[in-house]
Amino acid sequence: MSNATTGPDNLTGVTPDTGLKVGQSDETGPVLAADGTSLKSSLNRALRKQKMRALLLIAPLLFFILVTFIYPIGEMLFRSVENQIVGETLPRTVVELADWDADVTDVPGAPVFSALTKDLMVAVEEKNHTRLGSRLNYELSGVSSLFRKSGRGVDDFGEVYTDQFVALDPAWEDPATFIDIFAGERWLTANAAYDGEGPRPRFRLAPGVDDVLPETARMYADFARVVQVEDDDNPAEEEPWNAVYLALYEELSAGAVIPADFPQAALLNQAQAAVATFDTEDLRAQFVEIDEDWADREVWRIIQGYSAPYTAGYFLNAVDLQQTPDGVAWRPENQQIYITLFIRTMIMSTAITLACIMLGYPVAWLMANLPARQANLLMILVLLPFWTSLLVRTSAWKVMLQREGVINDLFVWIGIVADDNRLALINNATGTIIAMTHILLPFMILPLYSVMKTIPVSYTRAAKSLGATNWTAFWRVYFPQSVPGIGAGSILVFILAIGYYITPEIVGGTKGVFISNRIAYHISSSLNWGLAAALGAILLVIVLALYWAYDRIVGIDNVKLGG
Amino acid sequence: MAAAFNPTAGKPLRPFMTFALPLLLAFGAILGFIGGQAAGLGPAAGTLVGIIVAAVLAFVLPRYLPQRSGRWTATGICGVLGLLAGGLAGFIGGVILGALLGWAVYWLTKGNYRRGVPVYATSGQTLWHNAFKFICGAIFFFLIAPIVTVIPLSFNAENFFTFTPGMLALDPEAYSLRHYRDFFTNDAWLQPLKNSLIIAPLATIISVTLGTLAAIGLSQSHVPARRAIMAILISPMIVPLIISATGMFFFYSQMGLWMEEYLGLSKDLTGYIKVVLAHAALGIPFVIITVTATLVGFDQSLTRAAANMGAGPAKTFFKIQMPLILPGVISGGLFAFITSFDEVVVVLFVGAAAQKTLPWQMFTGLREQISPTILAVATVLVCVSICLLTVVELLRRRSERLRGMSPG
Repeated sequence: MSNATTGPDNLTGVTPDTGLKVGQSDETGPVLAADGTSLKSSLNRALRKQKMRALLLIAPLLFFILVTFIYPIGEMLFRSVENQIVGETLPRTVVELADWDADVTDVPGAPVFSALTKDLMVAVEEKNHTRLGSRLNYELSGVSSLFRKSGRGVDDFGEVYTDQFVALDPAWEDPATFIDIFAGERWLTANAAYDGEGPRPRFRLAPGVDDVLPETARMYADFARVVQVEDDDNPAEEEPWNAVYLALYEELSAGAVIPADFPQAALLNQAQAAVATFDTEDLRAQFVEIDEDWADREVWRIIQGYSAPYTAGYFLNAVDLQQTPDGVAWRPENQQIYITLFIRTMIMSTAITLACIMLGYPVAWLMANLPARQANLLMILVLLPFWTSLLVRTSAWKVMLQREGVINDLFVWIGIVADDNRLALINNATGTIIAMTHILLPFMILPLYSVMKTIPVSYTRAAKSLGATNWTAFWRVYFPQSVPGIGAGSILVFILAIGYYITPEIVGGTKGVFISNRIAYHISSSLNWGLAAALGAILLVIVLALYWAYDRIVGIDNVKLGG
Repeated sequence: MAAAFNPTAGKPLRPFMTFALPLLLAFGAILGFIGGQAAGLGPAAGTLVGIIVAAVLAFVLPRYLPQRSGRWTATGICGVLGLLAGGLAGFIGGVILGALLGWAVYWLTKGNYRRGVPVYATSGQTLWHNAFKFICGAIFFFLIAPIVTVIPLSFNAENFFTFTPGMLALDPEAYSLRHYRDFFTNDAWLQPLKNSLIIAPLATIISVTLGTLAAIGLSQSHVPARRAIMAILISPMIVPLIISATGMFFFYSQMGLWMEEYLGLSKDLTGYIKVVLAHAALGIPFVIITVTATLVGFDQSLTRAAANMGAGPAKTFFKIQMPLILPGVISGGLFAFITSFDEVVVVLFVGAAAQKTLPWQMFTGLREQISPTILAVATVLVCVSICLLTVVELLRRRSERLRGMSPG
């Protein structure tokens, strides 16, 4: 870098004519701007400023679209693999189940059932178990009712231990005993000061209790949290669940060491001495009594299989596959619907696109070759349907195509069709194709027209004067030049068609619906959102691939609306 | 036949007996068949009457009457025949059929069918030319017919979705405004109308403000990652609605809860905010595309000139740039408006019952309890779209004039 002092005058400082002087001098230094800095950096600065200004103008919208559009789509993609519900609802069971091998033992051992009792107890109180049930029901039908049934009975599980603890010492019935053992000082003071306003103070365990009785402490903390949040009650006044006694029994009989300075140490030591003689309860038998599906290896395999926080299960489901012990396999024939739907969506979109080309090409050609005034008049006939509400056009087609509709009436009236043998034009694929061709036709005509307008008439004339027949002149000279228009229109129509929902829903019946109708069904009726997200993700990939092709052929900047 | 009548002199006309007459008789038979069915004469009688009328007209008209009065005569004769056969409705039907027949007589006998083709064109080429015109006409008919059919049906006095015999006989009793009355008095329709009129303008304002600014930014010469930014901004138009709706469904349900809990907004208000924001995102690509297209023709030296004369950036924008790109901004805004006003899928997923819009109500109406009030609403909406189309078209021409392009 150089500066103004390299000039012959050896001026110090910058003057407005410094750049000029340097320019006039013999030295061949860098060209300088008016303020004396090098022209290059000055221009760079100006360019940077310009870029910043442009970006600042774009920024608000970019931010808006990123937050309200791109992020939601990303979230949807995330939901198609997300599967935290099993791990979150049954945290203990998932851990215990990790070692279970379905090929070795039919049904997991007692620890798993004990963990399930505790998890289910929490889940029932938080009303999560039905959600989990319906989630797993997507993978194995019957699980939903299994969880619902078990949820009703699980709070009695472990009662044997509660009764025996209480029989041993009535102090075990007193909530204060548990508070004394488990509750931390901070929570106790905060809870005492709670006046009924706002959320209750969050329950905290006493320090150290984790090390002595970890499982029981965790269970009691869950209990206290649920009592506070779900029931809005004070845990200091509530008798703990049977599951807490179950956990305590298990830990005491497993030989937990109670330090001498532990709260209620005497009571705990007395209980520990007695637990060896306690009557026990077979939790597994209890579960199987409620529903024998708990003895079914498949149920456990599903729980184990879906315990990971992420799953490909929804995607497998979306292409009619399923996870089996022997790896990925096809679903039974009668459950395969999505591949059929995807193929049907593709075939019907292709049919609609072809129909649009067939109908749009002559019209676009006519308009491109008419004088401007007449072409504009015809253009209005194309733009009117384009501007008319989609619902209006769809209802119009419903009116036209019905069994008692205008077209059938007309046919019967002319005598082409017998009155008792009216054509079935609606609630099938025919209805969808007719209505959607009409709705999407302007999207084909407009790009075709804008391409055809640029094809000079003289080419065809030249071809004819060189001896080409009308057909050859069209096919060899005109048509190749109009192909970009066909490509642009086809991709536009195809992309729009495969994502259509409203029109197939109304005129498509069951045989004329698209994959989008299935997505909407899963969002609003079956509530299998993960599967909806997976289907949406697959559709999105198809559309993006087509869009990429569109960009290669026409370029996104060249999208035109209404000529 | 005198050659003087031939507009495409140089090519002798085809002989009347072997060309025009048989075609006219066939045409008359078809029209007669339709007329006979309509008037209840039966197909055979109708066809016979049609053939006779066609034969008479074919022989008499071209010889003795010039085209204009000849066609009126044909219309009149068929009108009277229709009146005799079927009253007022018959008269109107007869007039239409007569006008068609009269036109066909002169079109075939005077060689008008060769208009628009070069003199040297062969018969096959002439035939193809006319067939092509006919095909195009049929396609335009396909485009317009469903929309036009809805309009008379909306005046149906019955709860039917098709033309009743009374309507076909043009019985005034068979027409009524009851579906319009229902639309403008029934709360099930008024509330959605109100919602649509709240949501669409708000969404339009957001899209137009943000979209115009961004389009101006995008049209400057040095924008880093221009293509990527453009792709992101256009994406709401490219991604199928059902996918956008699914994504927005998850996003806005959480956002709604958040707004209710932390901002303390009422359920209704959050509902409107959610739908307005969602619709604004959908409308933005249209604003970007139209405004960018307008800015292509904008002469950047104008802003430099303004700056040179001492105008600040804000003044330059409002006094120089804005008036010139206003047509583009307005038509982009109209696109955004109609996008929101027509939109069903997203509002179905994002909104609650309190935000039910007009298309949503139409959608449920079409799916469940089908009521002809929908047709009245459809007719009103067709009128709205005709108005919007007119405005956009006028703006487009004005913008082209301003930019010195073709007068359109």
